[in-house]
Parts: sequence; C-alpha cells; structure tokens
Amino acid sequence: MTTTQELQELQEGFDAVVARGDRIEPRDWMPEGYRRTLVRQIAQHAHSEIIGMQPEGAWLTRAPSLRRKAILLAKVQDEAGHGLYLYSAAETLGVSRAELTRMLLDGRQKYSSIFSYPTLGYADVGTIGWLVDGAAICNQVPLCRTSYGPYGRAMVRVCKEESFHQRQGFELLLTMMSGTDEQQAMVQESVDRFWWPALMMFGPPDADSPNTARSMAWGIKRHTNDELRQRFVDMTVPQAEALGVTLPDPELRWNAERGHHDFGQPDWDELARVVSGGGPCSAERIAHRRRAHDDGAWVREAATAYAARQASGFETGLRPSSTTGTVVEEVAQQPSRNHGAEA
Amino acid sequence: MSETSAETPWAFGAAPDPEDVLAGVDTRVPEGVDATGLAELCLALGDDALVLAHRLSEWCSNAPDLEDDIALANVALDLLGQARLLLARAAAADPGLVGRLVPGLPAGSPALPEDALAFFRDPDAWHCARFVEVENGDFAHTIARLAVFATVRLAAFQRLVEHPDPVLAAVAAKAVKELAYHRDHAGRWFLVLAQGTEESRRRLLEGLRALWPLHDELARAYDLDGARAEAEVVLDQLLAVSTVERPAVAPYDGPRHTDDLTRLLAEMQSVARAHPLGVW
Repeated sequence: MTTTQELQELQEGFDAVVARGDRIEPRDWMPEGYRRTLVRQIAQHAHSEIIGMQPEGAWLTRAPSLRRKAILLAKVQDEAGHGLYLYSAAETLGVSRAELTRMLLDGRQKYSSIFSYPTLGYADVGTIGWLVDGAAICNQVPLCRTSYGPYGRAMVRVCKEESFHQRQGFELLLTMMSGTDEQQAMVQESVDRFWWPALMMFGPPDADSPNTARSMAWGIKRHTNDELRQRFVDMTVPQAEALGVTLPDPELRWNAERGHHDFGQPDWDELARVVSGGGPCSAERIAHRRRAHDDGAWVREAATAYAARQASGFETGLRPSSTTGTVVEEVAQQPSRNHGAEA
Repeated sequence: MSETSAETPWAFGAAPDPEDVLAGVDTRVPEGVDATGLAELCLALGDDALVLAHRLSEWCSNAPDLEDDIALANVALDLLGQARLLLARAAAADPGLVGRLVPGLPAGSPALPEDALAFFRDPDAWHCARFVEVENGDFAHTIARLAVFATVRLAAFQRLVEHPDPVLAAVAAKAVKELAYHRDHAGRWFLVLAQGTEESRRRLLEGLRALWPLHDELARAYDLDGARAEAEVVLDQLLAVSTVERPAVAPYDGPRHTDDLTRLLAEMQSVARAHPLGVW
C-alpha cells in the first residue's frame, strides 16, 4: 500500500518534473487523471488518423494524374502510420490497440470532427492538405513538447509528415488555380465548405472548454484553443491571398491594434452536433471502419492461429527442407505482426 | 505566443511544372532495337503494373489490420512507380504511340504522355493481362493474386535487367528489388492463410481457383527467355510448402479484356476526362 505521505511525495515529484518542462515516462508515477486524460487524447488522435484515411482515400481511385495518385496514396498511407505509432504511444499507458479500436467502433471514443464532412471533388484533397493538415500542424507542433515522453516523440515525426502533407495540398490548389476557370471555381467552392469546419478543429472557445486549464497545468496542452485558432487564421490569410481564393468570412480583417486578424465565429452548435456523432458523414465513417474490421476478423484469426502453432513447435511435415530453396525459407518465416487479442 | 518552430512547417510551396518522369534521361532507342516492339513491351508491362496498383489501392482503409493497409499501399506505390516509368518509356520510344492509342486526346491537352495513356485511352487499347483486371475479392484472393503476379513478373524482370535498351534495363533493375519484396510478403501471407484456420484455407483455395483460369495468359505474357519455367518452379515450391495443389481448371478462353477493366477505367478516368484541359 502506498501511504498518504508517499503519495504526496510522488505527486510532488511529478509536479516538479512537469514544472521543469521535463518528460514523464511510462514507468514514472503519474496521477490517474493525467493517465486517463492522455489515453483519451492520444486515442482520439489515433482514431482521427484512421478515420481521416476515408475522406481522402475515397479519391485514390479517381486521382486525375499518376503523379497525384502516387502523392495521395503515399499521404493516406502516412495517416495509417500515424495511427499506428499513436496507438503504440497509448499502449505505453496500459491500454491495448484492440480495446481502443473497440471503443471507437462502439462510439465510446471520438475522432476529429473534421472527418465527418464529405469530400465532393478532387479540390477537396488539396483543401484538406492545406487547411485541415494546416490546422492540425498548429495544434500538434506544441504537442512535440508535451509532458508525456512517448506522445511528444511520436508527434515530432507526425508533424514532419503533416508539414509535407500541408505543402502538397497547397501545391495542388496552386496548380489548379493556374488551370481552367472551372478548376478555379472548384477550389473556391471547396475552400468555402472547409473553412468553418477547419476553424472548429481547435475545439470550442476557451470559455466553453472546461478541460483546458487542467491539461495546461499538466503540461499536456501548451496553448488554449482560441490562441491556436488565432495563430491558424493569421498564418492562413496571406496564403489564401497567394492562392487567389477568398476566405468566406465577411468579418475577417487585419486589426493593427491587436496585431492579429479579427474573424467571425463558427457555428458552435454545429460543432456540438458533429462531435456527438451528428455530422454529415459520421455514421458512414464508423460503418466503414466497422465493416473493414469485421471483414478482416478471419484474417487476424488465421494469423494468430498460425503464429500460435509455430510458437508451440507444431510440425506440419512440410517445413522447408534444405532442398526447397530460399524462397520457401523466407516464406516459412512467421510474419512480424502485432495481433493482440483482437479476435 | 512565440513559437518559431511552428512557423517552419508552413510553406507556400511552389507549383512546379509537371515533369516527365524520364526528364533528363537519354531516351534515344539504341541501334538494333526495334522501337515499336520496345514500346509495346513497355506498354504491356506498364499497364499490368498500373491496373494492379489501382486494385491494391482499393484496399486502403479496408485492410484487415493497419499493418496490411500500410503494406498493400507500399506495394501499390512501387507498382505505380514502375507503371509511370514504363508508360513514359513506351511513349518516348515510339513517338506515334500516344496519337495512335489515344485518338480522343483533346486538342491542347496539357497531359503528360503517361497521363494521356492512363486517363484518355479506351479499354480496348489497353495491353494488360486479365489476371490483374478482375475485381479484388477478399484478402485471400488479393494475396493469391499478388503472390502469383510478383513471382511471374520477378522472373521476367530479372532477365530484363540485361535488355539492350538501357532505360528498360534500369527500370527493371529497380523493379527487381521491389518485386522480390512483394513476392516475399505475399508468399508469407499465402502460407499463413493456407495453414491458419479452416476458413482462411478455404478462402485461399477459392481465391486461387477463381484466378487460375487467367494464370496461363499472364505466364505467357511474361515468358521472356525462359522466365516462365523458373516462375513455375518457384510457384510450385510455394504451393508445396503451403500444401496447396494447382487448381485443375482450364485456361480462360474469352474476350481480350474483362468488363471489370471497363468499370475500373471508368472510375479511374472520371475526373481527368471531366476536365480535359485541366492541369493537376
């Protein structure tokens, strides 16, 4: 049993590490609320990467040039990779990827509101890169310095790749803006649809974000929602000018006194609806994930059964012999996969 | 807030002029090499790679596990890379190729040759094997197809490394490394599915049986310099270690292409054809 005094010492040690701006590592003591908050945030982030594969993935089979097809496929593949190492970061906190996946599929954990919106044309691939990945970068760059070590280190790599994604999005839109009138109109229409949902990605206004103060005290969050939103707007305005698109906000203007842009407020009721599962594609996204998961159950079972048999030294009588050559030896090696107890 | 590190990931990004993947490469056809024949060979090899890359990309966000999403996307990216180089090589070797095969290319189209061939060519002008055209089926079907395809293609590409056209030889040298990985990856899964559970074995046998009538056409297309005999030996090894027999089904004898290809192209070409003068 840990005594009250010991607990207090542990808490003081933890507080000191956070106050110094050092990292908490998986084997360090941490308050239960800190662990829970991290699991929720990292899982939500991982789920967002995985669900986020869908809206762009829908255009893989229709990319209008082979170069764009390769770029998009590499990008969506990166999202799967981000999901993978974020789930791994969450697993250092004592939860399994299988459990987290189950919670996503059962609606007990959430994913970013932005992915509940549809992608209606190829320009949306560019807009998602430019605005959505751009907003994600604003949110995520400070997380590279977050107090939990495995999360912060995962974010360093995620941010490098997201930066690449943001640039490819901007580059696609810039190319389209140099194209036909129709293409230019597609870009503007896409930006009109994604602007407000992108602003909502930073979460509700600070006054309505009860968890922000605690997360900042724990060093998990470094800036408030409104600070990050302001930063995003200030960064995006000159980029929109360079592109030649209009951001759909009549209240958007430079405020010399503040040294920032003033801008209008998104429809917060809409955000609340989307977050609670009422977005235009919310049901579809989860149904897609559930179907892929269920359809793959027999494959995961097969891999688990095969691995178990190999581990127990089960002899098929057809193990590679010295006469069957290297291909068969390679083939006979067990795939290096992490299956967990998902079946 | 003063966080300079947050500024660096942002870049305005220039829009470079789309460049041919063979830009800067000497694409003159060496003396003694039949340019038309070279172009046809590259076109067929490129078409197979593109169509199978497309099929594999359909798995993205649908695979049994995240690792499989990533692996299948990797294979698709490799094949897409091969396709781009081979289509560009075909067009450069035979400058009349695009005009003959893509008569409907809109006047003033900014499409590169690889994109003209991929996005504005009608199904009857494609040179791919039906083996790569048919729809995915389940994961076992995909694994069976990839294992056979990579085995057959690798044996041929190992010979193409010595091709008198240095461009094709260089493409083959790059592809051999990729295909060896694809064969290994699909081969491992083939064995796992064959010996995993009753259901996985049943599905694998079904997938292989469904594909097998199309295997002969594929094997003949890649039978360069005795490549077929070698590929068959490797396939037999894989089947033996997996305790799977060659399906006893006759080769398919039907039209040159499947209607699966028609549907695939209708989808793949939809955006490009809707914007015939678009730049991407």
